[in-house]
Amino acid sequence: MLAGIFRSPRRKGVSVNRPDWAPPEIDVDRPAVARVYDYYLGGLHNFAVDREFAAQVLQAMPDLPTHAQENRAFLRRAVRFLTAQGIDQFVDLGSGIPTVGNVHEVAQRADADSRVVYVDWDPVAVAHSRAILDGNHRASVIAADLRQPGQVLDDPALRQLIDLDRPVAVLLVSVLHFVPDDQRPREIVSEFAKAVAPGSYLVISHASSEGQPEQAARLQALYNKSASPMRVRSRAEISALFGDLTLVDPGVVQMPLWRPDSSDDVGPDVESYPGYAGVARIG
Amino acid sequence: MIPATSMEPRPRDDELARSWARAIARTSYVSMSREELVTHLEQPARRLIAALAADDYDPRVPTEVGAGLVAAHFTHPSSLQRTLAVLGAQLAPAALAGQRLARLGELQGAVAAGYTQAMQDRALHEQEQIRTAVMDARAEADRARWASEARFQALFAEAAVGIGIATVDGRVIEVNRALCDMFGYSAEEMIEHVVADFVHPDDAPDVWRTYDDLATGRRDHFRMDKAYYRSDGQKIWTDLVVSLIRSQDGVPLFVVAMVEDITDRQRLQTQLRHQASHDPLTDLPNRTLFYDRLNAMLTDPPPGARVGLCYLDLDGFKAINDTFGHDVGDELLRTVAGRLAARLADDGHLVARTGGDEFVVLIGGSSGTQGLVAVAETALAAVRAPLDLDGHAIEISASLGLVERAATATTAAELMKAADTTLYWAKADGRDRWALFDTERYARDVSRYRLTSQLPEALAQGQFFLEYQPLVSLRDGTLTGVEALVRWRHPELGVLGPDQFIGLAEETGLIVALGRWVLGEACQQGQRWRVTHPHRDLLISVNLAVRQVRDPAIVTTVTEILDGSGLDPRWLQLELTESAVMATSGQPLQTLHALADLGARIAIDDFGTGYSNLAYLRDLPVGTLKLAGSFIAGLRHADRPDRVDREILSTLVRLAHTLDMTVTAEGVETADQADALRRLGCDTAQGWHYAAAGPAQSVTALLTR
Repeated sequence: MLAGIFRSPRRKGVSVNRPDWAPPEIDVDRPAVARVYDYYLGGLHNFAVDREFAAQVLQAMPDLPTHAQENRAFLRRAVRFLTAQGIDQFVDLGSGIPTVGNVHEVAQRADADSRVVYVDWDPVAVAHSRAILDGNHRASVIAADLRQPGQVLDDPALRQLIDLDRPVAVLLVSVLHFVPDDQRPREIVSEFAKAVAPGSYLVISHASSEGQPEQAARLQALYNKSASPMRVRSRAEISALFGDLTLVDPGVVQMPLWRPDSSDDVGPDVESYPGYAGVARIG
Repeated sequence: MIPATSMEPRPRDDELARSWARAIARTSYVSMSREELVTHLEQPARRLIAALAADDYDPRVPTEVGAGLVAAHFTHPSSLQRTLAVLGAQLAPAALAGQRLARLGELQGAVAAGYTQAMQDRALHEQEQIRTAVMDARAEADRARWASEARFQALFAEAAVGIGIATVDGRVIEVNRALCDMFGYSAEEMIEHVVADFVHPDDAPDVWRTYDDLATGRRDHFRMDKAYYRSDGQKIWTDLVVSLIRSQDGVPLFVVAMVEDITDRQRLQTQLRHQASHDPLTDLPNRTLFYDRLNAMLTDPPPGARVGLCYLDLDGFKAINDTFGHDVGDELLRTVAGRLAARLADDGHLVARTGGDEFVVLIGGSSGTQGLVAVAETALAAVRAPLDLDGHAIEISASLGLVERAATATTAAELMKAADTTLYWAKADGRDRWALFDTERYARDVSRYRLTSQLPEALAQGQFFLEYQPLVSLRDGTLTGVEALVRWRHPELGVLGPDQFIGLAEETGLIVALGRWVLGEACQQGQRWRVTHPHRDLLISVNLAVRQVRDPAIVTTVTEILDGSGLDPRWLQLELTESAVMATSGQPLQTLHALADLGARIAIDDFGTGYSNLAYLRDLPVGTLKLAGSFIAGLRHADRPDRVDREILSTLVRLAHTLDMTVTAEGVETADQADALRRLGCDTAQGWHYAAAGPAQSVTALLTR
């Protein structure tokens, strides 16, 4: 009880070895976004409560698993693109439950020396990631709140793998729609961009209100009733998150259209795809 | 989608892989592009085709292929469904051709079995993984919480500051050692208390409302100074910080109080505050507190509010200090302070000591001067009562300046200035009394003060100038000399005569400098006349003030001025007032002789208005008596001359002549007066009858005529 008294979640602490954000409670009786997302991708790292919530969401947006696949496919293509640009350091913010095709798998397949740090604030996702990454000395996970870029980048475990004096890829894949406007997502992005070396890259993918507006609205309403409120954004709003950074071709586009491997990979329903992505070069 | 029956009995593995990839792409999430997927499926396709044709059929091959799908993350049921369909369609022609339909069925079944088994393993594995993750996360959280608790438990227990935790409904549930020590209870005794037990009569009115706001979640934090009773009934002052602990969803759970004992600090502060606002000798409020109070009265006063001040200064206190010593002086101040406070402070007046022997009584809510006068009389009576100090029976009095006015119409500085001036009036009027502020008198004083303060600047800027009034021989009417008279051309007030500023210059001592300037100016003019009219005997008569005569440098000054101007001393006459001459003894008398020895003539001005020691006159080096105008006034009417005046004048003239002095009559306004004076034997005269004072040119004109 005492620790709780002195570390009230509403008051900022000053200690360096305790975060001043409160991790979500470890409560398997409530759905967790990381586990729900795992379920969309056909994973089984989830509980009945997650699957029940997912079932409701799937009623609102039946194609969501496909969208989630497209998002992961974008992540894979983006990481491959970045490795091709010579990037060998990755910080994956809001990484969630590790599943097939994780950043370190993709990146280390291209360059075995690639360093990857996953960042999430869900203690279960972190614990699971830690188990998965056990034995991989070039990838690790830290528990941190991506809304506090300074703390994320100052984390000693992150610094052990990532050299901020060299270019790094900052990945914000399918996570900023969980950052509402009053928590200033644009400033968060720009703070990361300012903190990394020239030649770094920023990757964003984001659920959008465009494409399937009604379904997106229902999706958002469902998440807003959960512990993780959601804010789907328009393409313009998503583009604005990049600030004045230079986007690489083709800019901010619906995820399947971002440098597809082949035309076969672009499904017929891409026009209504409810999510945008882009990659920008920093400095 | 399924190709037409092939003529080729053995299907091509690359075709199967391509069809297969097309069928299952996008059924599940796999981390491969379409091309990679085709490549990925080529090996299982080849193995299945081989197995279909093989003589020694190994069922592990299709089982492994099924499991491989799951391993590549083809976890959706449609992935299996489409795989089986593609295998059926693609392999059926070859199976038919080779009579191996049963083998195909076996193959498909084995793929399904391998897939299902792998899915089951995967499900169990992933469920196991996620449960392990939950346990790990909980263990980590527990570990962190335990470490945190241990840290804070130590901090709590050992903290020097007292900490108590209560439920929101007021039960004390946990206290630390420091808090127990502070309150003098054991921990067990403390937790028998409820928060409401800690009420203290000194509590600020809003303490408990604020506490209630916190306990009900309307605020999260407050800090204040609060008094408590210890178990032994003693009072302690504390710096209290109270915080609310909420559950994660915001419901108020606990109230934490951090209590620091500041009793000593509080006592010291009280003491310091008292010291800062009180006079250490008399323990009366000091100047600071007095001004604070006064300013408070003058800031936003209620309508019609008036304020009164009695400014009191002991008469002759310095003499008492000098005579009996400072200890007696201090004791006197203490006694007077005690009496004033005893008789006046109880009425709600503030009695303060504002300096050495100065006290002030501040009357708030004054109802007019009558009340103020009553206060002043009380104060006078209090001071007058005889004192016995250290065996000395001492009588002392005080002078008081009283000011009373509307609170809106004044400032503290104005009030104090007015009171100070009024006190000075009481002193000047004879002490042991009060004086009441008078606007007109104050205005006069202020303008006098203004003139006084402007004098030095006026002298520096050359605002003074001289006029000369002729001295005429009564025998033949010739011009025998002039009296130099100083004027001030004031930039705002116009030309001022000596009566308007010489007194001020004497008070401030500026008369010495001003007199030197007048003397210099007059001597230079006198010398000019000597040069232009060498055959005319012309005496230059200049006034010397008492302070000038007392100035040790006066002889040197006159010598220098005479040397500087070149005027022969015998043409210079120095006029001194009767009182200045008569008061002389010792050094000034020597000065008088020294001036006479220089060759200058000494005249006694306004003779007959003071109490002259006629015998003394004989020994003075005086050459001329100037008779006061009041005697001459008696001669104004020739038909009704005042017999007594005439006798006095006659006597004075004879006395002067006996003493070998000449006599000059001042203020001669009529021919009758001139005639009478001539008959009495008076030597020279000056006055409007002859000429008013005028610029040097007017004298030059007379000389030239």
